[in-house]
Amino acid sequence: MKKAAGSLAAPLVMLAVLLLVDLIAYPGFFKLTLQDGALVGNVVDILNRAAPVVIISAGMVVVISTGGVDLSVGAVMAIAGAASAFVLKQSEAAKEADGPAMVKALGTGLCGGVLGGALNAFLVSVIEIQPIIATLLLMVAGRGVAQLITDGQIINFQNPAFAALGSGTFMFLPRPVWVALAVVLVVGGLTRLTSLGLFLESVGANALASRLSGVPVRAVKNFAYVLCGVTAALAGMVMSADIKAADSSNAGLYFELEAILAVALGGTSLSGGKFSITGAVIGTILMQALTTTVNSWGIDKSATLILKAGLVVTVCVLQSASVKQKLAGVFAKGAEA
Amino acid sequence: MKLLREKATSLAPALVLLVLYLYFGFTYKGFFEPRVLAHMVGDNAFLGVTAIGVTLVILTGGIDLSVGSIVGLSGILMAWLVTNKGVPPSAALVVVIGLGTLIGLAQGFLIAKFEIAPFLVTLGGLFFARGLALLISRESIQIQDPWFKSLGLYSLPLPGGAEATLGTIVFVLLVLAATLILRFTVFGRTVYAIGGNAQSARLMGLKVDRTVLGVYAFSGFCAAVGGVLFSLYTLSGNAIAATGMELDAIAATVIGGTLLTGGYGSALGTVVGVMILGVVQSAITFNGTLSSWWTKVFIGTLLLVFMLLQRGVQRLGAGRSATS
Repeated sequence: MKKAAGSLAAPLVMLAVLLLVDLIAYPGFFKLTLQDGALVGNVVDILNRAAPVVIISAGMVVVISTGGVDLSVGAVMAIAGAASAFVLKQSEAAKEADGPAMVKALGTGLCGGVLGGALNAFLVSVIEIQPIIATLLLMVAGRGVAQLITDGQIINFQNPAFAALGSGTFMFLPRPVWVALAVVLVVGGLTRLTSLGLFLESVGANALASRLSGVPVRAVKNFAYVLCGVTAALAGMVMSADIKAADSSNAGLYFELEAILAVALGGTSLSGGKFSITGAVIGTILMQALTTTVNSWGIDKSATLILKAGLVVTVCVLQSASVKQKLAGVFAKGAEA
Repeated sequence: MKLLREKATSLAPALVLLVLYLYFGFTYKGFFEPRVLAHMVGDNAFLGVTAIGVTLVILTGGIDLSVGSIVGLSGILMAWLVTNKGVPPSAALVVVIGLGTLIGLAQGFLIAKFEIAPFLVTLGGLFFARGLALLISRESIQIQDPWFKSLGLYSLPLPGGAEATLGTIVFVLLVLAATLILRFTVFGRTVYAIGGNAQSARLMGLKVDRTVLGVYAFSGFCAAVGGVLFSLYTLSGNAIAATGMELDAIAATVIGGTLLTGGYGSALGTVVGVMILGVVQSAITFNGTLSSWWTKVFIGTLLLVFMLLQRGVQRLGAGRSATS
């Protein structure tokens, strides 16, 4: 327990510092107003924009806990967005009712996610290819597949039932925030209320030892990659629902990197063995808060990328073994006392 | 056993290239013309040059995700210096290549000194270089400088109506240099040793940290040269150019037979990988009806086939050595 708290401290402190800077330098940053039953303000905006990455991070953190990584989430987002938009467009042409069409589109998109995840799972757990490379495959080919589905065009749709997934308000907050919360709760419940989380961590810590002690390593890895595919597909559909369109060339671009960064920021080691979903959520919100801060100060948007780079490097250096040892040396006396 | 393994991984790509080239050659009229072949190389020279740098990184068992961004940064910086600041192109060239090498060096430092995963460090590099490129200019910048233009339009006539652009020449020279370095220098042999087993390499007294530093600096250098070649090719700079190109470079390296776990592969293999991508692109252009997105799907499929092949050969090797 102590360990988890320790690794959450760094991102929480950074988030607190960032928000404090906002509070001092930008009065009104935290101002919330109620408009037509919806809360409006920077904080809500941060949560809303962070939602898709939060959804993906929930899946990514599970994959990373097994010592793997999934680079294909951005491409899977594009596939799911494209496939669901394609189904919606066809249903609109056939004059189907909005409800069933929405269910069909959602199902198709999720199937895309399951298939993508299953391909990754097969390559990683059965063929035993390194995860970075195995998922690189779908990352390269997936966007091509999405482009083929949409024929290189941006597909627009109208279906209000589907659009509600990514836009509008429910109980004061934007709907994507609720979707993200639900995903985090489901994944958290699956992994922390059952022994699955322990299995995931043991596979990540030592796959061979886990297998010898009777943990179904292959099944655990399969679960992780399929779950990640599903969360990516859901995030892709939330994003396309928001803009009522599927843009296969830009949807989910660099999201794999954002999600991995969020997970790493949240104190989950990329070598696997332990994970924190809460940390991943905090990491995502930290990054989005940074972006929103930079935007609200009117600084050039490109500066965000450089700041993010600085963030990655800082956190990695802080988490690296040599720095930890030095810090441990400094704090050793305090801990002993 | 080892011989079979090495032969299978290095001959298979060449065989695939030959089969694809012959197949498309007999399918599409005019595909065999030397001009087409020269274009295949010339059009992909910037990718090839970048992929050579990535190959060295992958040989050490690392990965470099920052190269696409460095290509974009180098192109826009070159155009900005020459067009907007009036810097002589030769001086701009030194600055651009210097910056690329420096970014690579910084990444190598973080990886070697703090033992951070190369994946994360170069991810930071990807964000940093792209952000810097976008800060320089969001708009594409034309390069009008006559000397630079003459370099971009230069071509060396070859027999059969083909011609070699400056990009092709640089690519060939770089491949030659990389091959010699990898085969005959201490640095090159250390690269393979690290990829085989970094721990053992260290225990053998090899300068692991310094070599890792050098490999990432070299990759940054290659990407910067690739960026300059790209700006010569388009006679302009664009901050979002070469987005996602790091994947093409990695794909070319893998398809060329370099093991992603490091320790085995060659610069020549990567040339074959780049040529396979070039042949597929040309075939899709010749076909005319296929959407260019098929290139990505095809590259993905090829990647899959080569990964399965690599695993198969590795398992065969592991199985044999275990029973013997």
